Amino acid sequence: MTKIDTSGPEGVLPTPSHTVGPFYGYALPFRGGEEIAPLGHPDTITVHGYVYDGEGRPLPDALLEVWGPGPDGSLPAVDGSMRRDPASGGFLGRNGVEFTGFGRIQTDADGHWYVRTLRPGARGQNAPYLSMCVFARGLLVHLFTRIYLPGDATAAASDPLLSRLDEQRRGTLIAGDEGNGTYRFDIRLQGEGETVFLEFQ
Amino acid sequence: MTLTQHDIDQEIAAEHAAYEKRLAEGAPVEHHPRRDYAPYRSSVLRHPKQPLVAIDVSKDPELVELSSPAFGERDITGIDNDLTRQHTGEPVGERITVSGRLLDRDGRPVRGQLVEIWQANSAGRYAHQREQHDAPLDPNFSGVGRTLTDADGFYRFTTIQPGPYPWRNHVNAWRPAHIHFSVFGSAFTQRLVTQMYFPNDPLFPYDPILQSVTDDAARQRLVATYDHSLSVPEFSLGYHWDIVLDGPHATWIEEGR
Repeated sequence: MTKIDTSGPEGVLPTPSHTVGPFYGYALPFRGGEEIAPLGHPDTITVHGYVYDGEGRPLPDALLEVWGPGPDGSLPAVDGSMRRDPASGGFLGRNGVEFTGFGRIQTDADGHWYVRTLRPGARGQNAPYLSMCVFARGLLVHLFTRIYLPGDATAAASDPLLSRLDEQRRGTLIAGDEGNGTYRFDIRLQGEGETVFLEFQ
Repeated sequence: MTLTQHDIDQEIAAEHAAYEKRLAEGAPVEHHPRRDYAPYRSSVLRHPKQPLVAIDVSKDPELVELSSPAFGERDITGIDNDLTRQHTGEPVGERITVSGRLLDRDGRPVRGQLVEIWQANSAGRYAHQREQHDAPLDPNFSGVGRTLTDADGFYRFTTIQPGPYPWRNHVNAWRPAHIHFSVFGSAFTQRLVTQMYFPNDPLFPYDPILQSVTDDAARQRLVATYDHSLSVPEFSLGYHWDIVLDGPHATWIEEGR
């Protein structure tokens, strides 16, 4: 069953998802994972928040991935997010020059996370947003959501996703402005104020 | 009240029967677990209760999620795909070679993309401080590997057969031996994290994580095949495991490449 026959015309069936579990710590997080913005870039923003479960308790073992365009709306095709040291096998950290658009963050013991990246530009009819993928022990299939930044009501009103949601649910996708380019975005996996999660078809 | 394997077995059987009933009533095949799968207790407070909001990617080629992060030779080292060579000494256990192809739903190879793995050592112990199982750590094994797929979508790892290990879902809960995989496609929508199992493991029916995939055929796709042609003489036993990424991708972009 696990040698997939690709000779037929009708396509092939997918490999099922499983939880990331609790023990990915040596494998997935990497040095500089949350520092996507090139050093000193004037369009740098910081987004931070907490991840909560259905009883409002923070998750100490969630893993978040962020993927987004640069300020001009273009999506980078640049590698080097997890630059490696060929001598030690360790991580060198980003080079501070190139923008890969990709970050990976493990929540702290208190459920807090942050990412420092470039302010995303708009693409097509969409208001600017960062794509986010949430993984955790207990989560059998990862969850996609989006981080929209506040402040542009016109763009939000014409965004194909935001305009479909009622005000309360839409609010879960729009980060709070804390000033100085810092935004607050909490993720609630379940219950009151549950974050809007997406399914791509 | 102590939760026993018998309790979990009954819950697993009930979930399986409910799925079979849905199928019989004409519901579609479920290739992935439901996030709400109570036999795996950690899922109870960690799944959304609101329905997911559907996005039709065919209506908007500008979606961020239709492209993928890129990875390259800077992101890996020469021995990342050989987990037996990452320390000064040899790890303990049975050496294995695990290889296969990364494909999309059309059966086309996903080239040059990142495949990451992590696993327990031969005694069933992860190199992680939160791990509570008291099996021995192996100073010569971290259990972490990384590679890029080649021009035909193939990946290949040399590692150690991982051991099964106990966990605390219920009394006498044991995970079948497995290797965790994290893979990227040509679109972020295709992102996949999963686990590969080994053929004929007697722990399969008892494990609520594997059984969360309620479709029998889908569950089989998580089990590698012993492949003698991948076994390396005097060195390792070979397992073949192809990975098929779900989720829509931007075909109109790829056709232009």
